[in-house]
Order: sequence, then C-alpha cells, then structure tokens
Amino acid sequence: MQKKRKTVEYGKYGYIFLVPFFLVFLIFQLYPLLYTFYISFFKQVQVGHGRKATIELVPGLNNYTDYVFGSLGGGEVFNAIIVTIVMWLLNFVPQILLSLLLAGWFTDAFNKLRGEGAYKVIMYMPNIITAATIAVLFYSFFDVNGSITGLLKSVGILNDNSDILKSGYASLFIIAFIQFWMWYGNTMIVLIAGIMGISPSLYEAAMVDGATPTQQFWLITMPLLKPILQFTLVTSAIGGLQMYDIPQLFNKGGPVVKWGANSVNSTQTIIMLVKSYIDAGPKQDYGRAAAYSVILFIITLAISMIFFLATSEKKSKSSGVG
Amino acid sequence: MASSIQVNTTQEKGKFSLRKPFRYAVCIILVVLALFPFYILIVNSTLTSDLIKQGIHFIPGANFIKNYNGLVAKTEAVGVSLWKSMLNSLLITVPTVVLQVYFASLTAYAVTVYHFKGRNFVWAFIYAIMMIPTQVSIVGFIKVCNLTHLYGSRLALIIPAMAAPTTVYFMKQYMEASFSVEIVEAARIDGASEFYTFNRIAVPLIMPAIATQAIFAFVASWNNLYTPSLILATERDKATMPMYVQALQSNDKQRDFGQIYTGLFISILPIMVAYFLLSKYIVAGVALGGVKE
Repeated sequence: MQKKRKTVEYGKYGYIFLVPFFLVFLIFQLYPLLYTFYISFFKQVQVGHGRKATIELVPGLNNYTDYVFGSLGGGEVFNAIIVTIVMWLLNFVPQILLSLLLAGWFTDAFNKLRGEGAYKVIMYMPNIITAATIAVLFYSFFDVNGSITGLLKSVGILNDNSDILKSGYASLFIIAFIQFWMWYGNTMIVLIAGIMGISPSLYEAAMVDGATPTQQFWLITMPLLKPILQFTLVTSAIGGLQMYDIPQLFNKGGPVVKWGANSVNSTQTIIMLVKSYIDAGPKQDYGRAAAYSVILFIITLAISMIFFLATSEKKSKSSGVG
Repeated sequence: MASSIQVNTTQEKGKFSLRKPFRYAVCIILVVLALFPFYILIVNSTLTSDLIKQGIHFIPGANFIKNYNGLVAKTEAVGVSLWKSMLNSLLITVPTVVLQVYFASLTAYAVTVYHFKGRNFVWAFIYAIMMIPTQVSIVGFIKVCNLTHLYGSRLALIIPAMAAPTTVYFMKQYMEASFSVEIVEAARIDGASEFYTFNRIAVPLIMPAIATQAIFAFVASWNNLYTPSLILATERDKATMPMYVQALQSNDKQRDFGQIYTGLFISILPIMVAYFLLSKYIVAGVALGGVKE
C-alpha cells in the first residue's frame, strides 16, 4: 500500500459525485431490504368470501412461528437450506481441489506446459455461457429420451426403464457437476494469478535452505494464497446460496421424493422456494416469501462476517469475480 | 505481477518423468469435457428429434433448417421469437452496461480523488454491501417497482445498475494503482471544471478498466434470468433470451428435441463468438479479480 494519497481540497465534489450511487442504492437496494424484513412480520389472510374475497396482509409472526420454525411449512425451508448447502459443497470441494492442482501445474517453472493460454480460455468458457441455456442443455441430455441417457443405456450402465430425472440424488449430483464444470476454470485463473503474485525470491530462499517442493507448497504458497482462497470460498458460498437458474431449469427443483414422513423437493434451493411464493397463483404469499428471504439473508450475512473477521486480522485485500 | 516466475518444483535430473505426459493428459481430458456438451449441442441441432432420442450422435445431419423453421413456427407458444428475445435482452443489457460502468467509475473517482469527511466510512460501506446479494430483497424490490410504476418495465432492470458495488470496487482498485491525482490538479489549474475533468480526462485514462468491467457487466446482465423473470413475468413481448430458453424447457407438450437444441445453439451463438474474440481480455480480467497486493 502506498502512504496516504495526496488529495485535493475540493471535498464537496466527492459528496456530489456519490449522490447517484447512494440514491439508487437507497431506493432499489436498501429500502427493498428493509421492506422485506418488515413484510416478513405480516401474515396473509383472506378477507370476505367467494368472488369478492381479497388477500390482505395483517401483522403477525406466523411466517416464522408456523412456516420457518413450526410444522405448517413441512420443514420446506430447512430442506431448501440443506439442499442448497449440499449442492454447493458437492460443487465447491472438487472445484477448489482441481483448481489448486491445475494452478500448481500451470505455475510450475520446471514443467512448463505448452498452450497454457488455450487451456485457460477453454476451461473458463462454460462460465460465460448463459446458465439457463446450460441447464436446459443438460436437461435435454439427461431426459428420459436424452442423448446421454441413450448413451448410458446403450452401454448398459442404465436399464431401459430408468429415468435419471426422477432420481433426487442423480439430479442433485448432476446440478452440482454443472456448477463445478462452469466454475473451476474461473477459480483456477484466480489462483494462478494469486500464485504468480507471490515473490519468486521467497521460493529461491527456500530452495537455498533446502526446502522440498512439498514444503514450499505448504509453507509458502498456501499461507500466502490464504486471503485469495478465503475470498474464493466466501464469494462462492454467497453465490452458491443464491443458486437459481441451473436447478430451476434443469429439473424445476424436482423430483419430489419421500424424506421420512415428508415429501420434499430434492433440488429446490432457497431462492427457488422464495420465488414459488412470489409467482402469481394460489400459492402466492409475500409474507412467507419475505420470511424465507430473511432466513437466507441471515445465513449469507453470517458467512460474510466470518470472512471479514478472518481477513481483517491479516490486513490483506483480495477479491474475486462471481 | 504477471511476469514473475514461480519456482516450486525441482525435477530430478536424468530421470525420465511421467509427470508432464500425465499433466497433458489431464488437461486434454478437461478440454474435451469443456467442449463436449457444446459439440453434442451443435450436432443435435442438425438432427431430427427421432434420431436424437435414439442416443448420442457425433456426426451432424442436415435437419438444421427444418428445426429452425419449426422453432420459428412455435414462436406463438413461447410469446416471442428467439431473435426478438435477444433484441429484448440487448435493450436491457446495453443501457445497463453504460450506466453501471459510468456511475461505478464516478463513485470510485469520488472516493479516490476527493478528500472529504467520512470518506473511509463510505468506502467501508461500499465494501460491505458488496457482500449482500440483491436476490434476498426481491420482495421489497417488487414493492418498489410497484410504487414507482416500474413493474413490467425494462427500466426496473436498468436503473438499479447505477449502484453496483462490485464494479465500484474494481474501478477503485484500478484507479489507486494507475491513476494519478496530479492530473486532476493540473486540469484544475488549466481551469477545467470538476465534472469536465472526470468526463474528459479521467474516463479516457481509466478506459482499460472500464472496458474490462463492461464485458463482465454485459455478461451478467445478458445471462440474468431471475430478476427479469419476476419483473417481466406479465410482459410476454418483453421476454429476454434466458426467459425464452426457459420457455423452451417448459414447453413439454410438443417437445421436439431438434428444435430445442437449435434454439439453445442460437441462444449461445452471440456470446460464444464474442468470447472467442475477447477471450484474452476476459481471462486477464478474471485474473485481475483475484489479486491485489
């Protein structure tokens, strides 16, 4: 970091230039967030009967007492939280391991691989393609009449009557795989840049002292890469918690499977659950959608806080895309 | 940063190593894995639905035009044609990108160049709100759209881009590293107004960062499904490209795989072409996101 930057004495322009950002932020982000909290304490009731009936919101805690922590919601929000986290873990753990491995290879000066640029471009490519298209593509592959299903049947891995999209576990794994496939290239590029930023003199000194490559990796690369790894972890977790496009378009949150006494959506994320109560129709209930949003916000905030605490003590700055 | 070379492996001399062949093999498998779905997508877009249902095919057929015509004929069921949906996406994406990078630059400029009370707080605040995903406040967002009569309007998707904390963050990082405040002082001596200095002197100087951020803003807006599908739910003629793709999946009744694949293929064509033209800058931009100091 540079020492205190030289600035000019025209401070009021600083405020003026900040106005558009903060005005739009207040109207389109802060107010909506506060309103979502507020409306989560309202319950939806039917007023009147028959065709004259209207839906109104009246104050009440029932969204939390009945749906979130009570039994009326059938545990759907906890199911969605578990599904979301499991899907994220199934994607993130292999993603970070593969990215680290590849980043190590591409920065290995003694075993230079040719065509590093081309590998990066191709491995990153799925990340930039519309997630909606990719989800429908994989849905078309794994549909009962799909191309991959046909391949698996012809080589005898699947029997002729099986339908992959009717299996909760298979749907979960395929969605996690799609996420992994879309994101490892991104993480790899970020980690390569991080490793390249480590001063070569550290490695030279370590070699003079006789450190093995393994020791160098664990004692130099990993500690210095830690802020970037943390940031990757947190941005990925926050992004993963908001997962919507792929599970929605791959299998619409389904299939519905038996889990103990309940029937649950095996790939429905929290955001999908929220949206199902916003969409027009008999299920529409803004209070309930808001309460579930608040739960999601709290989980997201908790993860962000852990990140801030973990990185602020190191006084390091890092960032990631996505 | 980019020029430094890392030394973390020593290879024993004179010993034949399988290390490199193994690494190449893994990389090639991953390349195939990245391209395979798109290859099958392209092949399937040229086949009849009946053929696709029989299993996997590697050789293109001659049914593309027929699939395409079938897809066009089905436009009614979806609400808009694929091309119209792309135009709709552009009508949202282009103004979004312009507003997002311009106001992010302005905001970052304010925090970098000017010295005012509460500057550090403002910066910490922008840094903190970067972590709040907009999806969690969607119920309130719809409320605001109703209050401002923007529900169903493209503006509801465009205006919020003026407050994009992540873009501000990257613009500030860039300005701290490569923009000197002395230029602003020099412009001031020459009699330039503050606003003129920003528009005519600062913006051209930070153009490389603006271009990078514009690419990512474009991709994010172009690919966005969630917010448009809520805000434009009742406006079928304003459906965006991802909404069109969603309709392809939902259209179970007369499902024709040849047509679905053709639609998917056309939907990714523009961004594929753009990606391979700009891949150098995009990969560099992704790397930039990862490291600072």
